[in-house]
Amino acid sequence: MDIFLQQLVNGLTIGSMFALIALGYTMVYGVMKLINFAHGDLVAGSAFVGLFVFTQLLGGQVSVLVVVGVFILTIITIALLGFTIERLAYRPLRSAPRLSAVVSALGASMVIQNGIMLLWGPQMHIFPELLPTIIWDIGGVVVSLIQVLIMALSMILMVGLYLFVEKTKIGTAIRASAIDQDAARLMGINVNNIIVTIFLIGSSLGAVGGLFIGLYYRGITFNMGWQYGLYAFVAAIIGGIGNIPGAMLGGILLGLFNAFIAGYISSTWADAFTFILLIVILIVRPTGILGERVAEKV
Amino acid sequence: MTSEEILFKISDLEVSYGSIAAIKGISLQVRKGEIVTILGSNGAGKTTTMRAISRLIKAESGSIMFKGHELTRLPAHKVVSLGISHSPEGRRVFNILSVEENLLLGAYTKSKVDQEILSWVYDLFPRLKERKSQLAGTLSGGEQQMLAIGRALMSQPELLLLDEPSLGIAPILVKAIFAQIKKIAAKGVTVLLVEQNARAALKLADRGYVLEVGKIVFSGQSEELLNSPRIQEAYLGKQKK
Repeated sequence: MDIFLQQLVNGLTIGSMFALIALGYTMVYGVMKLINFAHGDLVAGSAFVGLFVFTQLLGGQVSVLVVVGVFILTIITIALLGFTIERLAYRPLRSAPRLSAVVSALGASMVIQNGIMLLWGPQMHIFPELLPTIIWDIGGVVVSLIQVLIMALSMILMVGLYLFVEKTKIGTAIRASAIDQDAARLMGINVNNIIVTIFLIGSSLGAVGGLFIGLYYRGITFNMGWQYGLYAFVAAIIGGIGNIPGAMLGGILLGLFNAFIAGYISSTWADAFTFILLIVILIVRPTGILGERVAEKV
Repeated sequence: MTSEEILFKISDLEVSYGSIAAIKGISLQVRKGEIVTILGSNGAGKTTTMRAISRLIKAESGSIMFKGHELTRLPAHKVVSLGISHSPEGRRVFNILSVEENLLLGAYTKSKVDQEILSWVYDLFPRLKERKSQLAGTLSGGEQQMLAIGRALMSQPELLLLDEPSLGIAPILVKAIFAQIKKIAAKGVTVLLVEQNARAALKLADRGYVLEVGKIVFSGQSEELLNSPRIQEAYLGKQKK
């Protein structure tokens, strides 16, 4: 039972991170039908930008204000980077065949990844300890302050995003653009602006995910975007790519699955089982758990 | 209702898909308050004309003037706020949004949704009110058509573009929908109607244009078109005597 509860906490923590990152994939896919392969590298970039902002810009002394500053400045930087990628790598290809955009996405991914390597080198960096190491032992289950923060902040962001997309005018315009871009234009929706909005939101959430990875795992490398990006991408597919609640659900489920495999079987096998899970889900429900919201007659 | 004021005018419009010319220089005009129909068979270029007006496709050359604005220079999302609304071919309702969300999106360019317009649309099409929280994709074809027209009305257009509102719809519903189009026009909305169902369209419209492979081959008052032997034979299914 202890292992179960412990892995539940761990799984929810990493699942929250997967979910935040998966949202970036799924929102872009929803409207543009494009896998933004550069998204994972933005996540990696976020951890490095966070490191830079903390040590170089804000003096390297931990305080509440500094931590908030690290988050805000990093999110702004990564959001602008996401905006730039959309402008340079995707917008010129808006009417080109889909494959061209995919190749462009792979190119953008490599540019960012190598850019991080040029700036920070190929060695592993240690992300600063921005939060005090507070650990609670609740009846044998160990929970850290970082885990609580990751889970709570992720939950707030996801609920906020959900309400934004479901209840606001821009959110409705985002959903309309995802269904039919031409019909959205006929409503007077500037679809280009919607795409920019999506990139800003997706990159910002990815930036938070990257900072969480730094806080939680500490060791950050220039190429870690592939690994976390792949996990988040799998989460987005499991939930149903293009579907926002699906990405949240897929992320949490994947995190739990991973943690339980690591807890009960072996952490070396966690990756292998993750992909077995992906294959099984693709066989049973090719559109993912929440994909293909079938309209039912009432 | 019809006045002499020309609300909308297309001159020498040419549109092509790659190297294939779809519209080969058409001109037409619509006066304020009129119902004008564009008839033609499949592939004649009717929908292309509508899409060119809404700027969903580029015009190769020519001009589209609406109330002193040259539309061919505008991006698609700017057209609706000038007062042109387009109910597209195939309805194109947002299938996984609710009926009401679809209608509210019709008023996207308005800072506030006009409740009077919304209740007018619900009066015109009471079925939409009954199903307002249902997903649009669950509606029947005819109901989706009502929704597409209602959605287009939400921006309070001066010119309403209707592309094939009878397509794939039960005849009884076609009748009902055309009756409502007449009511909409009676409210002062100018209507440009593209139809394959020539008989129904001409009964409703004041004037008509006949489009054949990208060119206007005939135009006139509806009675003229209804009585023209050529139109009767080609579009109204009457045999030559």
